[in-house]
Amino acid sequence: MSIYMITQNVADCIGCRACEVHCKEKNNPGPGAFYCRMIEVTSAKTSPPRIDFVYLSCFHCEKPWCVDACPTGAMRRREQDGIVFVEESACVGCKACITACPWTVPQWNPETGKVGKCDLCKDRIDEGLEPACVTKCTTGCLTFTTPLAASQAARQTFAEQLLRNRR
Amino acid sequence: MKETKYSICGMCAVRCPVAVQVEDGEPVWIEGNSHDGGMGKSLCAKGGAAFAQRRDRQRPTAPLLRRGERGAGEWREVSWDEAFDYITSRLNAIVAEHGSRSIMLSDRGGPFADLRKAFLKALGSPNYINHDCTCGRNVNHSSKSVYGLGRTDLAYDYENTRHIVLFGRNITESLKVKEVKGFLKGIKKGARVTYIDPRASVTAGKASRYWQVKPGTDYALLLGIAHCVVHNGYYDHEFVDRYVNGLAEFKNFLVPYTPEWAAGETGIAAAEIEAFCRELNEDRPKVIIHPGWMLARYRDSFHASRIIHILNALMGSIEQPGGLFYPKGPKDAGKSGLKSLADLVPAVGGERADGCGTRYPQWDKGAGMLQTAFEAIDSGEPYPVKAYFVHRHNPFIALPDTRAQQRIFDKLDLIVAVDVNFSETAWYADVILPESTFLERDSILRTEKGLKPGFGRRQQCVKPLHNTKAGWEIYLELAKRLGKGEYFPFNTIEDIWQYQLQNTGLTVADFDAKGFVKLSDKAIWHDRDKLKFATESGKIELVNPKWETMGVPSLPPYVAPDGPPAGSFRLLFGRTGYQAHGQHQNNPILNDLLDTNRLWINTAAAGRLGIKDGDMVRVANGDIQGRIAAYVTDLIHPEAVFMLHGFGTDVPAKKRSFGKGLADQVFMQGKLKEWDKAGGGLNLAESFVTVTRA
Repeated sequence: MSIYMITQNVADCIGCRACEVHCKEKNNPGPGAFYCRMIEVTSAKTSPPRIDFVYLSCFHCEKPWCVDACPTGAMRRREQDGIVFVEESACVGCKACITACPWTVPQWNPETGKVGKCDLCKDRIDEGLEPACVTKCTTGCLTFTTPLAASQAARQTFAEQLLRNRR
Repeated sequence: MKETKYSICGMCAVRCPVAVQVEDGEPVWIEGNSHDGGMGKSLCAKGGAAFAQRRDRQRPTAPLLRRGERGAGEWREVSWDEAFDYITSRLNAIVAEHGSRSIMLSDRGGPFADLRKAFLKALGSPNYINHDCTCGRNVNHSSKSVYGLGRTDLAYDYENTRHIVLFGRNITESLKVKEVKGFLKGIKKGARVTYIDPRASVTAGKASRYWQVKPGTDYALLLGIAHCVVHNGYYDHEFVDRYVNGLAEFKNFLVPYTPEWAAGETGIAAAEIEAFCRELNEDRPKVIIHPGWMLARYRDSFHASRIIHILNALMGSIEQPGGLFYPKGPKDAGKSGLKSLADLVPAVGGERADGCGTRYPQWDKGAGMLQTAFEAIDSGEPYPVKAYFVHRHNPFIALPDTRAQQRIFDKLDLIVAVDVNFSETAWYADVILPESTFLERDSILRTEKGLKPGFGRRQQCVKPLHNTKAGWEIYLELAKRLGKGEYFPFNTIEDIWQYQLQNTGLTVADFDAKGFVKLSDKAIWHDRDKLKFATESGKIELVNPKWETMGVPSLPPYVAPDGPPAGSFRLLFGRTGYQAHGQHQNNPILNDLLDTNRLWINTAAAGRLGIKDGDMVRVANGDIQGRIAAYVTDLIHPEAVFMLHGFGTDVPAKKRSFGKGLADQVFMQGKLKEWDKAGGGLNLAESFVTVTRA
């Protein structure tokens, strides 16, 4: 896990796909490729129905399968913050990382014949900004945070809910 | 050099405030204009695909003159000079033969329409028409008949409400960024949401109550609700006594329309209707019952919307935090408004071709009515209409029955399309004048009404990539060449902006810092003891005598809709939050999200037809048919099928989307001649199709 993470408040997500588009516009992953995706999960068994969207990107693992599998050293983990990224000039398009990743996260760019993936917009992070998907999320349902801060925020929300229900 | 320019998005008709970062003349980043607190940096997917639209070459990049038959797609690229000369000489000939009123223009309305209205007025024609017959005309006219106010004269305070009631108003997908943020904040603060729609859109997933109503029965459900509210006294007696006329007559009219009766018509249980009404009584006056945005659906949509307007009054939610409020303008802040360009031009008298104000006395002359203008083109009555400017408007897919429209268009001597995209209508035109993308163009200043009124500016952020022009350049140049330049004493957009600002004490530079100027620091609310309504009585009119004399009964009895014939389904359509109005299906990024549509069909209905999820099916109405993949789901009513609008384009220049999926409007045969007689909205949800395994 990189020191960062992106959390999603599913209740506030409307599946508008802005995160996917903002990512594509900034990172140009190639046609058909998405570094982040909103996955729709629907059930008509209840009323109102459940129509939810789950944000899935890269987990930036502490011990990334993709980095271990890469034969050329193109797939790397940034020392200072653990961001897993592709050094494009070293990628030979062997797809070993795609195979190795338990969630098949690395994306194939049909135009370049190389792999690309979410790097949390590390150029923006280095400028003190947040990833494109989070910055421009239509409803603000995505948060760029750290695991500990995310836990604290979740506990806070739960505590408020607890007391509201008690009243 | 890097700089931030504030502007107004043009990817859809919502026109959100945006900030665009430009480096060495290239656009490098776009986000919401966070100087507007309700917006923040948020930007929807369509706005996020703005740079992709600019880079895309599958759009008109130079003026085009038709070479072959209309619609054949054979074009000759010409200079602007040649295109203007061609239009000028054709128009002069048409005017010489048929008079200046034989010219019409349609657009999609909005805050920049003043320029186009002024242009058409300068040419001497009364026939400016916006797109609203396929959008909010029924809502607007019903609002006028109840409040004397147009539909945009009331807005909604979602953030502070207790109950939001939506009759098919799909807030999360027919998306306005600021509205949806307020909606979600309201939910977070505990608001209930009741969502009513034969199809469960994403909005149904946010609701606390979802009713899968039988399609076409909204008016019945509303009568049942109104009965329950009125007969149980679940309303704001003080507000009603003070401001409402006609309650006794309304109550009497509602006698037969009990919740039990409504249950029989709509499929929604009486106990559920009653429980909902009890909630309204608990939650009022902080209740918002949305009267509809796009409500060109059923033959009685005007009256359904009218009951909603009435219910809001009964809730006492008018000019009420957490309810409905008047969007305030410059005058409410004690300031002068923008000067109108149309005021520079002498008034044009005479009958409108579409009959608004004459054959149809109840219809607003300012917006016109496109389908009755089409009747005038077809019949030559009340006079010939021979030239048609279509400004970033796409009647061929917005109105029903493209084939019937083509036959009518063939009676026109000149069709000029001004558009950023190759719309299906532009493809049938004689001339396409390519407009620059919104990133590349200035527009006239706009008024921004709200609790804190102001003005806003769209400015050119980057130069056009191709040989395109802004709308203001196109219409000013045409006016000059047609000998009407005297009305437009402007050379630059700054000249126009200065003219608009003349009485405001503001200068153009005042827009540089934030892109907009607010005229009030704090929210303006009217004194709730002194509300005025623009009806003849000055009150909210449950029964409106003026409209009744114009042939529109205030409280007509309910007539149940026709059910689908055996083996048929009512065809419904809608959109996602990332593609709208057929304008985005070919965008390089947005096309990557979705490049075709599917047919939603109810699980039980599909089972009877032997259709499984993912099967290809044949959809047909008369001799029109097409193939599409089925999406089998309980999220749609058994009587209806649904498809996303804007697919199945027949314009080959749009290579990514050409021929993919089906277009709903082509199945609406004969529906160009069927509309809500009171409100004028077309009946876009009154067509039936058969569905069989392909």
